[in-house]
Amino acid sequence: MTETPEKIAGVEVGERRITIPGFTEEGENLAAETNIAADHTHGGLGESKEITSGAGSRANRHTGFNLAEFPDPTGREEEWRFTPLKKLAGVLSDTPTEGAGTDREPVDYQVSGTVEGVVVSTLRHGESPRGDVLQPADRAAVVGYKNVDEALHIKVTQNTEVAEPIRVDITGKAAGARANGHIVIESEPNSKAVVVLEHRGSADFNGNVEVKAADGASVSVISLQRWENDAVHVGQHDAEVGRDATYKHVAVTLGGHTVRLNTNFRYAAEGARAEMYGLYFADAGQHIEHRTFVDHNTPRNSSDVLYKGALQGETARSVWVGDVLIRKEAEGTDSYEKNQNLVLTDGARADSVPNLEIETGLIEGAGHASSTGRFDDNHLFYLMSRGIPEDIARQLVVRGFMNEIVQKIEVPSIRESLADDLERELRISGH
Amino acid sequence: MSTLEIKDLHVSIETDQGTKHILKGVSLTISSGEIHAIMGPNGSGKSTLASTIAGHPRYEVTKGEILLDGEDVLEMGPDERAQAGLFLAMQYPVEVPGVTMTNFLRTAKTAIDGEAPKLRTWTKEVKQAMEKLRIDADFANRNVNEGFSGGEKKRVEILQLELFKPKFAILDETDSGLDIDALRVVSEGVNRAHEDNDMGTLLITHYTRILNYIKPSFVHVFVDGRVAEQGGPELADELEANGYDRFLATAAAGV
Repeated sequence: MTETPEKIAGVEVGERRITIPGFTEEGENLAAETNIAADHTHGGLGESKEITSGAGSRANRHTGFNLAEFPDPTGREEEWRFTPLKKLAGVLSDTPTEGAGTDREPVDYQVSGTVEGVVVSTLRHGESPRGDVLQPADRAAVVGYKNVDEALHIKVTQNTEVAEPIRVDITGKAAGARANGHIVIESEPNSKAVVVLEHRGSADFNGNVEVKAADGASVSVISLQRWENDAVHVGQHDAEVGRDATYKHVAVTLGGHTVRLNTNFRYAAEGARAEMYGLYFADAGQHIEHRTFVDHNTPRNSSDVLYKGALQGETARSVWVGDVLIRKEAEGTDSYEKNQNLVLTDGARADSVPNLEIETGLIEGAGHASSTGRFDDNHLFYLMSRGIPEDIARQLVVRGFMNEIVQKIEVPSIRESLADDLERELRISGH
Repeated sequence: MSTLEIKDLHVSIETDQGTKHILKGVSLTISSGEIHAIMGPNGSGKSTLASTIAGHPRYEVTKGEILLDGEDVLEMGPDERAQAGLFLAMQYPVEVPGVTMTNFLRTAKTAIDGEAPKLRTWTKEVKQAMEKLRIDADFANRNVNEGFSGGEKKRVEILQLELFKPKFAILDETDSGLDIDALRVVSEGVNRAHEDNDMGTLLITHYTRILNYIKPSFVHVFVDGRVAEQGGPELADELEANGYDRFLATAAAGV
């Protein structure tokens, strides 16, 4: 290998690393030291500086199904401190779906694109694999879980390869009306599928998703948040990735008044690759929050996280908190996470917090990066000095910035419609 | 036949220390097919003149005029100036992430010409121009200037010069940071644009080295925001021999 050594907090890691100075092979004190070293500024606008400590380790975050263990958040908790709780009141309460069991439910589900080898059914509480993968980590997830009687179950059977995407159209029909949702995606050994979850319309939506990618399976989940302006959406998307499996989660959040998604994955064995990508565009009045957690709980797996966002307009707000935990047993891990924000106008604010905890020195690589930058006037001048009008120059730069994520989406029709969406978003800003 | 006229141009910029006057009355007239060299020591205002002509928002014109065939250039935005036929080859070309050279060149050409170039002939034209400037074909798929070396960035500036066919080009220290081979390749590109399109050129430089390849008919010596002396190519030879001392002494005495 000729690659230059990667460094975390000034410590060489990756292929060429021999040992991490000061760290024993058992990784004593590694988490604490890494966390202290990670307490640096990630540069940029409107950004908060993050301090993590051994006590705040992601490994210690409580998960479970018992609502009593998740009191109403005050906003001071680590997992809630960036979130406008008042706006989430409608989805944090222990409340069933309005008109549950009738045809007046505020959210409609349409499943399409299922072929032979794909089985669609429902799962009641206690019916496996419901709850096998999902580990509710906040009050929103646990009240959502509790208040769904029948979860949608999509199973891709062993060795089935589905060429076209399986679509779930999730359409809100009543702004402000509470709806709870739960989708269980089960990909059996050596199966292959792309599942598109497309959210449109409006509701107060609390939707959990769990994905089980069995050994050798390849699963992509593309979650599109194309809500109307008055929709509220919270959700936890958890995945467990099997031996030699491939998992990809892409979150695209353009619409919605307040959207908060927690996307997480962990591993069942070794040899897997898992990725989380995100793209968001926050306009005036929108709060878009993505939290990602990669749990390297078993050895020799790789992960990649990349979220990119653009913000425009007064009070446009985005939050990205990316946790990566490389546990003591996860030797041979290769991991990277990055968030980049492009602030197009004054008054917008992006918070970006990468947290990397490493409990073993025996890893292939680990790194994190975050940047939040203003639209660069030098880019604009350069393009304009070549005759390109300002509005087209801005489109070129923003589309260029976003393209890295759009290219990760393997469905051509979604890539094309996103290009249109981004142009529309840019026109909203009035440039 | 076109004319670019600069009349009594005064330019200042805002700095942390307050307003700084850089150009203090510059007058120059360039016609199609002419090559003018502007020479002078660091800080004399050469690059300010270049950026002001291109319309960089940082530079404020406090007095004077720039006219292109009688049209008021100062009323135009940077994009309109380029569409009117002005081109600035920048001293420090900007990296634009996520925008490929191919996309950029086609978008700019469309904006300048007012219509999209015919795809087949355009692709061929770009390819040939790149070959002449010894730019590797795979640069077309790379992002604008991203990760290019200093010399590669300068070649790409001249590539645009050849493709966009401006009436007037301002070359802002295009020779700086070039090795001798790159200097020759870049100079050949400028000479081709000059001959093929009857382009007028304003060549800004510290050194006489590039003048061995691009032959100016007029030389202007810039000192302290003014043209201190004008002449023919022989003035460049004198500067090569004696440097700028004589002009600096005059400027100091004049204060």
